Amino acid sequence: MVTGYGPVERLLRLWLPLVFFLVLALFPFYWMAITSLKPNAELYNTRMMPLLVSHPTLKHYVDLLTQTSFLTWTWNTMLVAVVSTAISLVFGVMLAYPLARMRFAGASLIAMTVAAIYLVPQPLLFIPLADVINRLGLGNTLTAVILTYPTMLVPFSAWLLLGYFKTVPKELEEAARIDGASRLQTMRRIFLPLCTPGFISAGIFAFTLSQNEFLYALIFLTKSSVRTVPVGVIAELIRGDVFYWGQLMAGALLGSIPVAIIYSFFVEHYVAGLTSGSVKG
Amino acid sequence: MSIRSEPLIGVGRPARPVASLRAWLDSESVFSWLMMAPPILFLAGFVGYPLCYGIFLSLQDRPVAQPGVFAGLKNFAIDFNDPVFWRVVANTFVYTGVATMLKMVCGLGLALAMNQQFRMKNFVRAVLLLPFIVPTVLSTVAWMWILDPAFSVLNWFLIALGMPKPGPSWLGNPVLAMASIIFINTWRGLPFYGITLLAGLQTVPPELYEAATIDGASGWQRFRYVTLPLLQPIILIVTLFSVIFTFADFQLVYVLTHGGPQNATQLFATYAFDIGMGAGQLGLGASVALTMLPALALLIVALTIYTRRQ
Repeated sequence: MVTGYGPVERLLRLWLPLVFFLVLALFPFYWMAITSLKPNAELYNTRMMPLLVSHPTLKHYVDLLTQTSFLTWTWNTMLVAVVSTAISLVFGVMLAYPLARMRFAGASLIAMTVAAIYLVPQPLLFIPLADVINRLGLGNTLTAVILTYPTMLVPFSAWLLLGYFKTVPKELEEAARIDGASRLQTMRRIFLPLCTPGFISAGIFAFTLSQNEFLYALIFLTKSSVRTVPVGVIAELIRGDVFYWGQLMAGALLGSIPVAIIYSFFVEHYVAGLTSGSVKG
Repeated sequence: MSIRSEPLIGVGRPARPVASLRAWLDSESVFSWLMMAPPILFLAGFVGYPLCYGIFLSLQDRPVAQPGVFAGLKNFAIDFNDPVFWRVVANTFVYTGVATMLKMVCGLGLALAMNQQFRMKNFVRAVLLLPFIVPTVLSTVAWMWILDPAFSVLNWFLIALGMPKPGPSWLGNPVLAMASIIFINTWRGLPFYGITLLAGLQTVPPELYEAATIDGASGWQRFRYVTLPLLQPIILIVTLFSVIFTFADFQLVYVLTHGGPQNATQLFATYAFDIGMGAGQLGLGASVALTMLPALALLIVALTIYTRRQ
């Protein structure tokens, strides 16, 4: 890095682009917040300066929480995200540990297949999957999405964990093996406890991906009582051509908060996971 | 899937059955395949089977809730004679191409801006990633409100700056609607490029820049002949990765424009959804989705092979 810029050059090279990117990134969230606090009289008055609110109200939040099933959707979203993240971590370890540590015929084929499956986008699968879910009688159950989210989360977790596992030294496991521990014992008691940072990275990624998922939830969940937040907001707060913008923005903001909070606690792990795939290769 | 038999430890001597079972389970390949069997069966059932079944469906005339009739390549013939289908092909390539270029150029700009010393850098990085982690549908709803035909805050600014009322109809005009979805996709994907490229920039050894400076290289030359070549592998992986998911994008377009106006923003995924789920033509919808497969398979194979070689 070359240092020694004057203040003007530093303003042009650093602060100007940084402020531009920050305003761009944050404006929609500011707009959600300010809209959700405006009474309808201000919301739909084009003569008022729109960036500020003069008579803030929590009416939209109260309406959202009492007149819609938003709390149910939030609970559903959390339940689905937690369970499918757990499934993905367990299955991810079951794929990644042998691939990282064992030598067996077919290992590289399995590794490549797992990577390729991660890259198969949902739009390629949703029509046949809808038929499969219907035949299993799982339409309008949370099980439908708990079973289908791991189709993208398992390969992803396996891939991320595989990269992490390879960075863990083998010596402890070898010592345990010499002391007579079975492979399963070695993995569970010696190896896995060393991998907590890897689990946090994979877990927070899987969690945010589950919260973000929309297509499967849109197709499989058509009853209000089983909907997740993204589908509930789109399907029930937009009624025909009528938009309840105050409630919509309140819902968008409240729906974003759980992910943002969890993300803020583990942001370093998130960035490590984000960059590991491409930087470590 | 087959379990390979390997020479067992202790098979030569008359070992007790329990001990030899333990030894068998402890062999690397038996342990590995037993461990991997549940996730592999799961993926075979919920990815492998639907993929094959989708190909089967695309060869059928299959209205929803009715038995399918084998139709050969009829569905694909319908697609290729459908002007909307070719509109979808063109839209998807424009959307993917322009959005990827924008994310790449702006992402590189973001990474270069962030690759300087300043206070609260980690905090700024965390904040900049917000568009990428917040559920896409929810941020897209906010953009929908920002671009609203009657109460657009963007148009309020433009009118305040002297543009005649009522300002552009962002989602009602075909060209502006395409520009809008490209912009929002860029807004969401930019942090991924920026932060990943930043991690790449931080691996460039400072000595290289010092050496280049001593040799008289200008700032642009340092960027062109030191930074870019070293970043090239990361740029390639990030781009391939993002092209795959932009190409098959669904939720942003479904929420913002629903493919309109007049199919101007219809992409493969939204069109397949309209036909398969909206009109209930499962076979025809599956055939639209499958026409993505050749391009996607090429990208997926390229990316998989490239990351394996790294």
